[in-house]
Amino acid sequence: MPILNKPIIFDRNNFGNGFEKGIKGRPIDIVLEIRESGLKGRGGAGFPTGTKWMLAATAVSPKKYVICNADEGEPGTFKDRLLLTEYTDELLQGMILCGYAIGAKEGYIYLRGEYEYMLSHINGVINKFHEEGKLGKGIFGKNFDFDISVRLGSGAYVCGEESALIESLEGHRGEPRNRPPYPVNTGYMGYPTVVNNVETLVSVPIIINKGAEWFRNIGTEKSRGTKLLSISGDVERPGIYEVPFGTKIIDMLEMVRAKDTKAVQIGGASGICIPEEELHRNLSFEDVPTGGSIIVFNKSRDMLKILKNFMEFFTEESCGQCTPCRVGNKKLLDGVNMIEQGKCSVKYLRELIDLGRTMQVSSKCGLGQSSPNPFITIMTHFGDEILAEHY
Amino acid sequence: MTDSSFSTRIPTAQQSIKIDKGSAHEIGGLVDIEINGKQFQVPFGTYILDACKQFDFHIPTLCYHDDLCIAGVCRVCVVEVEGMRTLQSACTYPITNSIKIKTTSEKVRKSRRHIIDLLLSDHYGECYSCVRNNNCELQSLAKEHGVDFYRFGHVQNPHYEVDNSSYSVVRDMNKCVLCRRCVRTCIDLQEVGCLEALNRGYETKITTFMDKPLAEVICINCGQCINRCPTGALRANDPSDAIWDAIDNPKKHVVIQTAPSPRAAIGEEFGLAPGRSLTRELNTALRMIGFDRVFDTNFTADLTIMEEGTELLLRLKSALVDKDPNVKLPQFTSCSPGWVKFIEHFYPDYLDYLSTAKSPQQMFGAVLKTFYAQETGVDPADIVTVAVMPCSAKKFECNRPEMNDSGFKDVDYGLTTRELAQMIKEAGINLPDLPKTGFDEPFGEASGAGLIFGATGGVMEAALRTAYELVTGREVPFENLNITPCRGMDGVKEASIKLENVKPEWSFLEGIDLKFMIAHGTANAKIVMDRLVAGELNDVHFIEIMGCPGGCIGGGGQPIPTSSEIRAARAKAIYDEDAGLPLRKSHENQHVNYLYQKFLTEGPCSHLSHKLLHTHYTKRGSYIA
Amino acid sequence: MLASEVSALNEEIQELVQTLGNGRQALMPILQHIQRKHGYISAHAQQEVARLLKIHPVEVDGVVTFYAFFRKGRRAKYNIRLCQTISCDLMNKDGIAKTFERELGIKFGEVTKDEKYSLEFISCLGMCDQGPAMLINNEVYTNLTPRKVVDILNSLK
Ligand SMILES: Cc1cc2nc3c(=O)[nH]c(=O)nc-3n(C[C@H](O)[C@H](O)[C@H](O)COP(=O)(O)O)c2cc1C
Ligand code: SF4
Ligand code: FES
Repeated sequence: MPILNKPIIFDRNNFGNGFEKGIKGRPIDIVLEIRESGLKGRGGAGFPTGTKWMLAATAVSPKKYVICNADEGEPGTFKDRLLLTEYTDELLQGMILCGYAIGAKEGYIYLRGEYEYMLSHINGVINKFHEEGKLGKGIFGKNFDFDISVRLGSGAYVCGEESALIESLEGHRGEPRNRPPYPVNTGYMGYPTVVNNVETLVSVPIIINKGAEWFRNIGTEKSRGTKLLSISGDVERPGIYEVPFGTKIIDMLEMVRAKDTKAVQIGGASGICIPEEELHRNLSFEDVPTGGSIIVFNKSRDMLKILKNFMEFFTEESCGQCTPCRVGNKKLLDGVNMIEQGKCSVKYLRELIDLGRTMQVSSKCGLGQSSPNPFITIMTHFGDEILAEHY
Repeated sequence: MTDSSFSTRIPTAQQSIKIDKGSAHEIGGLVDIEINGKQFQVPFGTYILDACKQFDFHIPTLCYHDDLCIAGVCRVCVVEVEGMRTLQSACTYPITNSIKIKTTSEKVRKSRRHIIDLLLSDHYGECYSCVRNNNCELQSLAKEHGVDFYRFGHVQNPHYEVDNSSYSVVRDMNKCVLCRRCVRTCIDLQEVGCLEALNRGYETKITTFMDKPLAEVICINCGQCINRCPTGALRANDPSDAIWDAIDNPKKHVVIQTAPSPRAAIGEEFGLAPGRSLTRELNTALRMIGFDRVFDTNFTADLTIMEEGTELLLRLKSALVDKDPNVKLPQFTSCSPGWVKFIEHFYPDYLDYLSTAKSPQQMFGAVLKTFYAQETGVDPADIVTVAVMPCSAKKFECNRPEMNDSGFKDVDYGLTTRELAQMIKEAGINLPDLPKTGFDEPFGEASGAGLIFGATGGVMEAALRTAYELVTGREVPFENLNITPCRGMDGVKEASIKLENVKPEWSFLEGIDLKFMIAHGTANAKIVMDRLVAGELNDVHFIEIMGCPGGCIGGGGQPIPTSSEIRAARAKAIYDEDAGLPLRKSHENQHVNYLYQKFLTEGPCSHLSHKLLHTHYTKRGSYIA
Repeated sequence: MLASEVSALNEEIQELVQTLGNGRQALMPILQHIQRKHGYISAHAQQEVARLLKIHPVEVDGVVTFYAFFRKGRRAKYNIRLCQTISCDLMNKDGIAKTFERELGIKFGEVTKDEKYSLEFISCLGMCDQGPAMLINNEVYTNLTPRKVVDILNSLK
């Protein structure tokens, strides 16, 4: 399953010998190049990758780790699936470059349990790398050792959150940690750890090959480069697309031949719902950020039913440790059910939206901080319609 | 940074495994901060919560507990840090750069209120039918934040059945707020690992392995979880109704023994600051309530010293003179039932190292239903023995099937400090106001050695006062008999005392360095046991272990809350009381000597004393069937 | 369990610990192996793992119950897990669910009497562009239709 439109950055011609070039140079040059490129994390949070690597590179520690976050659990996201199967070499190259840049010797790919079927393929490529001297001891004749192993998740969305992922790797319940300290400071086994999304890491050899300048010229001021989108829902051609940051939502919808669009959910269940009136907005960290999930709803859809699906998801997938997320999501779900039964007053609905705002600011991790997003945005844009339909 | 220092689960209550907060401060120096518009300086790495406490800005907390590693799960302590999109939990946030904090902004107040509303919406039960009424942190939070209605509703039906299976601890998870203090207590502080969070999301609950009843899993009954539970979800199994019935029954002769630790702490239940003993006021109250006789557990503490001390000397003799290869040294104390159950589960092959002497509570029960019955002519079948203990494990101990050597159940009821305070309040008595009265004969007043059993190191100190003098004919060489190496709250203490110029009959001990160790809290017990198993303790002779942090004064039956300061204050009360007593050594207790003359005529560790005052242990192992 | 089964299981777990390590980091891989091979992780297995990793059994239970893929009880031969998340939902997941319930005569969350089939919902599988999607044991099926469901059930022995 390829990228359905014409790839821009992920065009195979762009990889060149970025990998070799990077390893043959100085580690710090890789960090500087990535920082210069303006690359931001593709997993959702959008933290500048170069800054993260710089922090890890300058940390003094006997051990450091690189972790590829291949947990891809956000509803509606499946672009890493493509990268993991079709760009496996480039992913490993990105991890090795990261290891070289920050001074790590070990890397893990945390692969979601649902993708277990990819395991043998990925391990095959790892073995090939060993045979080719790209993994193991003295890579490219340098005094640089690096090894990668794959670890599986077992069905927990929250393990995509980087500190929960680390807890899971350490053999614990996937409960997010308190931050600070951040993983770049105190990560896997207590050592500085860089956690990056698959797409972020695959971009690295390209940037090293083509140069930061080339990369910076794509996208917008604060969102350099492109974004892989996983598009599903009411569209004629669902699948994976690559668009430059700054692309208007409405143009994207045209590309996938969406008809009669009522709303678009951007960023998955934890993202926001964009109504028809706002389709001129664009995909970027400045305007509507996304980890890549785009779900399109046409005019036949009942927004309350959609919201109910999201809230059921969060009630179940919350790790359950912090109060706002554990109980808050349940209250929002109860609220949806009350609306469905015509038992929710406008006053209580406002109370729930207010609760959602509290969850956004007081939850311990990104899950609880973003889980009220669909409730708030759907109720803001479609609340009247919904209340009018359910009495 | 080492492999062990990253753990999010490091107990801070027990000093032998404490996080080194100091070093971070040395590296980072002082940081300027602003709290609610005022300027301060704090050492690098100080948590926001600690900084606010230091400068008297109140921040509400729930999952935070001084004794435990930080969880940051309740989110009640959130504050605003300028420049950050989300609120930050004050208990988890280390200050490493100059920040501006707001502790009462609108955003903060609203969030806290919502969080409390959410907790209440999920908390089944009514305050007025709860043991923790008026001493509940959730209730206090609700009051403090002006909760006057259930914003997000209120559970109408219980989700879980109450687990009444244990003699010691009752679990009512309907009242649980998932702060996980009990989990951190059970796993980190006590290394028992009975409780953990199971499932996830809204289904998360705190429970046991495979959700089994407490009586079927590995619980040592220490009750430390109860002491740290902010609500009534965990409580002790309260026998006071049965005790009232016995008191009201004219046919029953109800006697009560009081241990030193409850006396040092019960004032807290009546609003006194920690650290004042109410021993003699309590005697008066107990008589007013209707107990027929009031005795001092310290009497059998002195008796324990005689039995356990003799046992140690006999073991030393077997080892040194008879060269018996089977004799087990070091000898471990056995008066803490939490510790006894811990070793039965986790080190079942090492039970022979335990002293066979029963705990003071159980010795007293056996003596009451034999010697005392004989002396007074009361039918032992009509004697009801109650023990006031700082401890929830004592409830399990008195129900052990083997504890009936008198021919009856030696101790009928173990009552905790909290439960006794409740009975006294129910009787309309304000304890601190009462006149002081003494203990009843034929056991009378005991020694200060028995008294200090309540604090970690106390048994060792008492034993040394007696053993040293028995062997050398001289008092222990410490000022005022205060054996300071035994004192203090270090998790594991080690010291030795040299035996020189011994009496002729103890010549085999001449020149020996009597090595001893003291540990409190079963996490520290584990450290000691692992060293024993590794063969590192071959030169140690005697080890005192108490199951609870701080010893009995920190027991699971003691007033709530607990903290290292509170435990230290209680310990000080006990040591001060000891220092003021005329009688400081167990072997000088005339009532004990009388017992040996009149009843246990063959002396300590003889046939009859073995029958009544000693016991055996059960290899329980740690497999959960 | 028979004594021979117990000792076989113990031996198997000991081998796993030998190859995967006895640190807590090895817990997830060990549990995944047991789950894959036996279809569930029994109370005994949990305790044996706990013993060898020197952690408390209840901590293993905590981990097992946290992750959706771990099971504490015996599982049916074919564990059918249908994605219930949004994109599949939009593509008529409900119809697929009804078809399964009609054909197997059980509801979601239940197991057939002969322990051959069990029905469960799970969260997003990452097959949103090809929904509705499901897993039968570890195999992925996509673009489901009621017709396809009947065919798949017929092909399972
Ligand atoms: C609930 C939750 C789920 C997440 N899931 C994923 C995920 O599946 N994949 C991912 O790359 N990042 C995920 N993240 C973001 C990670 O925490 C982290 O920011 C990211 O892996 C960092 O990599 P990046 O900087 O390359 O994006 C998730 C975050 C949260 C709060
Ligand atoms: S926000 Fe939700 S997922 Fe995150 S820590 Fe809190 S309960 Fe867990
Ligand atoms: S929504 Fe079903 S696979 Fe994603």
